[in-house]
Amino acid sequence: MSTGQALLDIRQLHKSFGGLKAVQDVSLQVMPGQLSALIGPNGAGKTTLFALMSGFLRPDRGQVVFDGQDITAQAPERNARLGLTRTFQIVQPFAAQTVRENIAVGAHLHLASRAQALAQAEAVAQQVGLAPQLDKLAGELTVAGRKRLELARALATRPRLLLLDEVLAGLNPQEIAEMIPVVQGIVRSGVTVLMIEHVMQAVMGLASQVWVLAQGQLIAQGTPAEVTSHPAVVEAYLGHGTAERLRQRAAGAAPHATGAGAAA
Amino acid sequence: MSTPRHDLLRIALFVLAVGLVPVFSNSGVVLNFTMTALYACLIAQAWNILGGYGGQFSFGHALFFGTGAYAHAIAQMQWGLNPWLSLPLAMGMALAVGACVGAASFRYGLKGSYFALVTLAFAEVFRIVATSVPFTGAGVGLMLPLRESAANMQFASRAGYVWLVLGLVTLALLVTAWLRHSRFGACLQAVRDNEDAARAVGVDPLRVKLLATLLSAALMGAAGAFYVQVFQYIDPGIAYGPHTSVEALVGAIVGGMGTLWGPVLGALGLHLLADLTRNLFGQLPGINMVIYGAVLVLIVMFLPRGIAGLGQFTWRQGLGSGRPPSGGKEPS
Repeated sequence: MSTGQALLDIRQLHKSFGGLKAVQDVSLQVMPGQLSALIGPNGAGKTTLFALMSGFLRPDRGQVVFDGQDITAQAPERNARLGLTRTFQIVQPFAAQTVRENIAVGAHLHLASRAQALAQAEAVAQQVGLAPQLDKLAGELTVAGRKRLELARALATRPRLLLLDEVLAGLNPQEIAEMIPVVQGIVRSGVTVLMIEHVMQAVMGLASQVWVLAQGQLIAQGTPAEVTSHPAVVEAYLGHGTAERLRQRAAGAAPHATGAGAAA
Repeated sequence: MSTPRHDLLRIALFVLAVGLVPVFSNSGVVLNFTMTALYACLIAQAWNILGGYGGQFSFGHALFFGTGAYAHAIAQMQWGLNPWLSLPLAMGMALAVGACVGAASFRYGLKGSYFALVTLAFAEVFRIVATSVPFTGAGVGLMLPLRESAANMQFASRAGYVWLVLGLVTLALLVTAWLRHSRFGACLQAVRDNEDAARAVGVDPLRVKLLATLLSAALMGAAGAFYVQVFQYIDPGIAYGPHTSVEALVGAIVGGMGTLWGPVLGALGLHLLADLTRNLFGQLPGINMVIYGAVLVLIVMFLPRGIAGLGQFTWRQGLGSGRPPSGGKEPS
């Protein structure tokens, strides 16, 4: 990878809630055009980190720089205008409105005309495979449908960086298999994507760069292969001492232990 | 979803139908009923803009009503302004009060019941101030001198007032129709349904809620001015008392919040009911408030989407598109 300017540059972010240090000294750079992933066990601080990046939370210390501009603690609506949009792990549809109207709200960020925004909504729905549900109420969608809607609404704002918070969570293997090409298509269209995933396996084939967060700290980073074989990562997922045991067993006879990381 | 043309056509038909009432009837009862019902539609629709489309439930819309009423009366009596000129002034004053109260409440993130309480408190504060300062006539109130002429907005027959308030209702309907088919309206409804999600896609909730407050307040101010013009009298109790606030919100909620015709239906229905009971119970003071309360409870329990929701409900069922939405996640 070239050492061009990072699209998103997080510098030593800290955030605590009372005595709980949710995010401690996290720094990372998201390169433009890539699909990268932030993984980690439950309660690692992934969603908090997303909230800090997108402006929903104010960091105690540290800096968030988007495309060379300091956006630390800037309101999320202003970040969206700059091209940084997030989705929510717990989907947040405008339940009483149709899918078309939901997506159009995102499209309105750059389009003043109602007709244009509705047309754009249709195009985006096509892109994420929601076209048949355009006139359904958002509240009537299945979980998979709502995840797609969440994605579509964010995509309609024409983001440069899309922060996806567990778009695959709660989906069955079939639905995951359908969702992955959608995300890949978004990256191919030129949008940089940073996704949070709890399920490691899902992102292994997708991401070119992975960060692992555990107990608020970055414990590993690199390509998916590098990360899964990292002892600290294995321990974070499977418990203290696991890496050691796995290595001993691998030294014995077992073919490879790296796959164990995916079991979480 | 109806198209803008649809909405405009229906508004035109409504205006035509109601506008013809004084042509075909000069019965005082009919005209009086039409006028007061339209006035109820006006305040319900004004409330609906902020409460129904914006999800911000104000319990003190009398604040804007009273301000409009006093501004209208004072501008005529103290400054000798023509009422046709003081009407926009009254709307402007209500709008200014809306700007202050809205900015203060939304800046500090007051939502739901907190916003309701703050608006209620502001209305009370204004009522007490109006009772104590001299330029509102204090507790005695202000009496508008009688000078009957169309140029002076004082009409010989009720017909003039019917057309006047019909004009204001039309304005409110057009504003609402615009909300339904514009970027601003889409953003407003997004904030109502889920503020965080709206922010994530670039909607500024403060700006959107404030603008809705201004629209709502200005229309409420117009209603206040109209009231003064018809009854030629205003005092702090009428202006800022809870009666108007309640009438506005009950009309909108009973009819169906966040719909174009709900508040019209609600206001009309309540008005019919109030008139009917007044005939049954005689002039028992405040009986209409008792009725409003009872109807509100029943509607909230059995028809949470109001009378207008009833039509939508059966229509959806007829299409077989499954069960009606329970709203999913409640807006906070």
